[in-house]
Amino acid sequence: MEKAKFQAAAAALLAAMAGVAQASPYNLPKGVTELTQEVYGLHMLIFWIVCGIGVVVFGAMIYSIFAHRKSRHPKPADFHESIPVEIAWTVIPFIILIGMAIPAAGTLIKMEDTENSEFTIKVTGYQWKWQYEYIDQDIDFFSTLSTDSNEARQLGSGVDVYKVDNYLLDVDKPLVLPVGAKVRLLLTSNDVIHAWWVPEVTGKKDAIPGYINKMWIQIEEPGVYRGQCAELCGRDHGFMPIVVEALPREEFEAWVAEQGGRMPGEDAGPPQMASAARVAAADIGVASEAGMSDAGAGASEPVGDAPAADQASLMEQGETVYGNYCSACHQANGQGMAAANFPALVDSPIVTGPADAQIQQILQGKGAMPAFGYLSDMDIASVITYTRNSWGNDAGVVTPADVAAQR
Amino acid sequence: MSHAATHDEHHDHGPEAGIMRWIKTTNHKDLGTLYLWFSMIMFFIGGLMSLVIRAELFEPGLQFVQPEFFNQMTTMHALVMIFGGVMPAFVGLANWMIPMMVGCSDLALPRVNNWGFWILPFAFGLLLSTLFMDGGAPAAGWTMYPPLVLQTGDAFPFLIFAIHLMGISSITGAINVIVTILNMRAPQMTLLKMPLFVWSWLITAYLLLAVMPVLAGAVTMLLTDKYFGTSFFTAAGGGDPVMFQHIFWFFGHPEVYILILPAFGIVSTIIPTFARKRLFGYDSMVYAMASIAFLSFIVWAHHMFTVGMPLAAELFFMFATMLIAVPTGVKVFNWIATMWRGSMTFETPMLFALGFVFLFTIGGFSGLMLAIAPVDFQYHDSYFVVAHFHYVLVPGAVFSIIAAIYYWIPKWTGHMYNERLGQIHFWLSAIFINVTFFPQHFAGLAGMPRRIPDYATQFTDWNVISSVGAFVYFVVQFVWAYNMIVNCIMKKGEPATSRVWEGAHGLEWTVPSPAPYHTFEEPPVLDESEVQGAHADEHQHEVQGKPA
Ligand code: HEC
Ligand SMILES: [Cu+2]
Ligand SMILES: [Cu+2]
Repeated sequence: MEKAKFQAAAAALLAAMAGVAQASPYNLPKGVTELTQEVYGLHMLIFWIVCGIGVVVFGAMIYSIFAHRKSRHPKPADFHESIPVEIAWTVIPFIILIGMAIPAAGTLIKMEDTENSEFTIKVTGYQWKWQYEYIDQDIDFFSTLSTDSNEARQLGSGVDVYKVDNYLLDVDKPLVLPVGAKVRLLLTSNDVIHAWWVPEVTGKKDAIPGYINKMWIQIEEPGVYRGQCAELCGRDHGFMPIVVEALPREEFEAWVAEQGGRMPGEDAGPPQMASAARVAAADIGVASEAGMSDAGAGASEPVGDAPAADQASLMEQGETVYGNYCSACHQANGQGMAAANFPALVDSPIVTGPADAQIQQILQGKGAMPAFGYLSDMDIASVITYTRNSWGNDAGVVTPADVAAQR
Repeated sequence: MSHAATHDEHHDHGPEAGIMRWIKTTNHKDLGTLYLWFSMIMFFIGGLMSLVIRAELFEPGLQFVQPEFFNQMTTMHALVMIFGGVMPAFVGLANWMIPMMVGCSDLALPRVNNWGFWILPFAFGLLLSTLFMDGGAPAAGWTMYPPLVLQTGDAFPFLIFAIHLMGISSITGAINVIVTILNMRAPQMTLLKMPLFVWSWLITAYLLLAVMPVLAGAVTMLLTDKYFGTSFFTAAGGGDPVMFQHIFWFFGHPEVYILILPAFGIVSTIIPTFARKRLFGYDSMVYAMASIAFLSFIVWAHHMFTVGMPLAAELFFMFATMLIAVPTGVKVFNWIATMWRGSMTFETPMLFALGFVFLFTIGGFSGLMLAIAPVDFQYHDSYFVVAHFHYVLVPGAVFSIIAAIYYWIPKWTGHMYNERLGQIHFWLSAIFINVTFFPQHFAGLAGMPRRIPDYATQFTDWNVISSVGAFVYFVVQFVWAYNMIVNCIMKKGEPATSRVWEGAHGLEWTVPSPAPYHTFEEPPVLDESEVQGAHADEHQHEVQGKPA
């Protein structure tokens, strides 16, 4: 009688837990990609397995607490070991674990397979924003917390955050992707470690300075999906959201055109090669240099002009820009990589020759070298000045005005 | 009053009077007391920090603190609780109990013991002083990942040096425990007759010895990266930021077991006492702890599945981590089998021990879920992880410390606590710890990252509940403090018998309560009835060192 009551109560509790877990928006989202759905399935599978184990274990405990208390069971038994029992409860959990490990390994293997992606986007973490470079479409922009949220989140702002649309989960410029395409993301960072996470689209992966991490996503449903940086990255870690907008393919293509980019294949040749080389170079490893001298010091801003343009400050900024954009191919010591056909900049006739040709090459790119026209005049001037005056080169200063004149 | 350790040539002397007693003491009981007081103060400070965190997270939007200060709070809360609260509490329990449990007069290296303790106030003085410095306290998380941690201001060298000091303190404690256990047991106390608490500490001490130097190495490399131009972890200089994570977690995962193995020992001691039945599967308990300790060295990378390891490494670390569930499960099953057909009463220590088994198991379940790498990509660095490790650390490690103090304090002070207050303390703690941490599972699954000072509005409900739980839980602990201080320490409670608990076995219960300042100056004769291990009845079976 009592036992039946207990079983009924246990069943009710379990049902309630299951209700919370499945019906509410407070469970892991199923997501809109095959992988997130598979992960959701694994999550629920393991959740139910541990619930089952929990019912058995806690049931036995509760029963024992009830039936074997002193008032009901005054004389304790005196067994204290049993080899068959010990073997059983070592082997049975082991078998259950194998049952979990097999599907988990299958999903993991699938996740790591970034082959055959349609195109590649490089995602770079900055304190505290994200940069998206559509390597094949030649589009590149930063994505930061929306102004509304940013104003509301200040200490004592007095703004009712419930009135802000998508408080803390909105950006000025979302990452736009076509539905149905297998897109490869390359993740790296310009300063400290960040992690890119949009629960409905993909689990997280770290963006680490000096590393290129890969993952792939293939969104099946148009929509807007929101996430956040998931790795503590300093003061504003809580304020660098990620928004992904998945568009039907035609709309995506229209968006690309609007951004001044081109779809891969539209203009085969140099840009394609450039992107391939860029990715290959990125894969080699060294990606960037962190600006991390003092507490709270942000990274150098690759966009936006600094007022001062004397040689010392140009050299200083140039070194950072060089570390971020050039050293992957031309190496930190300017010697290039002969094996990969990345020429040395030391004693290069172009570097030491007339400035205009060099500015043109940086702005336009050449062969396997990508175009850097999206960098600011200041960044280009500083990196050119840096290359013209480092490693024994001595070829004078190039100012932002010189760069502007060549645009 | 009879002195259990009677002897002739050594005259009995009590402690020195005044403050110098505590500064100069080499007595394991005094040092145990100091360690425990120290850890209680740290629990209080760390608890206040957690309240700052929970107050800020009560509502979305920033109400009380700047994000930078919030990050300082999460970082310091963890460091203070782990290195200042839980670890010293276990060392304090080891100090008090190991000599009395194995039947020796003191730890093997009493002066080292004094030194090991007195390092700690300086270590935490340095660490806490950073709160008042330019740039504030460390804010890069207790995991101290570079490059972020290298952005720390003036606090940086203080952080590193404080960790060095904590490490030295832990290492001295570990050496002392090992030497004492291996060399100073009473003659009949073979290894497999030792109380499980002693076993758990022996294994813990080896873990400490193995990994604290690794942590010291890792933070020293941070120090040289910041001040001496090295680039161990700086990509721009040819270093590798991920290498730090590997080194850190090679320390960090065994550290997790350093925080929980002594708890296993405590629970394995308390449950048999109140079930009035010998521990089930003593040997398998020892082997389970040893295998957990071994496995703890080969699973570290499950803390960093998201750094982008090769597939083979991810698979290896996933499988190895899942394997830990086996010995951990064995322990839980053994505890239940110990209760099974026992004759249980539910005094406060037993309640906390049972609370431990229930809630630690929940933490184990979420741990198993986290082990599944492809799903971990979703759970990682979310509140799901916060819920997981607080389940194993608060109703896990901390409940075991509370249980141990309730269990042994009558022996220490000679006075019983108030049982009614104890029961109230347990039920309120057990309820509100769940109110605090259970909702965090849901917040995490819904997508709330950890270590953020402000959150999107859909996470509000769970955070409100969690904050309320945290505040009530904090306040409830004063019921405990009152009970301990007034009834036991100020001796207002009933006098305790030397056995204290009807079902208690072990050498510590053969000495009077309060335990005299010096115990077992002559090795005791071990009566088989005091042996907790399965080998108590060895003389009946006449099988020596039977393996199972
Ligand atoms: C993806 C690899 C890559 C990156 C990144 C790159 N370059 Fe190049 N660079 C090349 C290649 C390949 C060439 C040779 C192009 C050719 O002549 O076909 C080149 C040529 C040059 C030259 C002419 C050198 C010579 O002697 O011909 C200069 C100057 C130069 N790069 C500067 C830069 C600067 C400044 C940056 C950073 C803003 C940069 N490069 C980034 C690959 C790269
Ligand atoms: Cu972040
Ligand atoms: Cu771990």
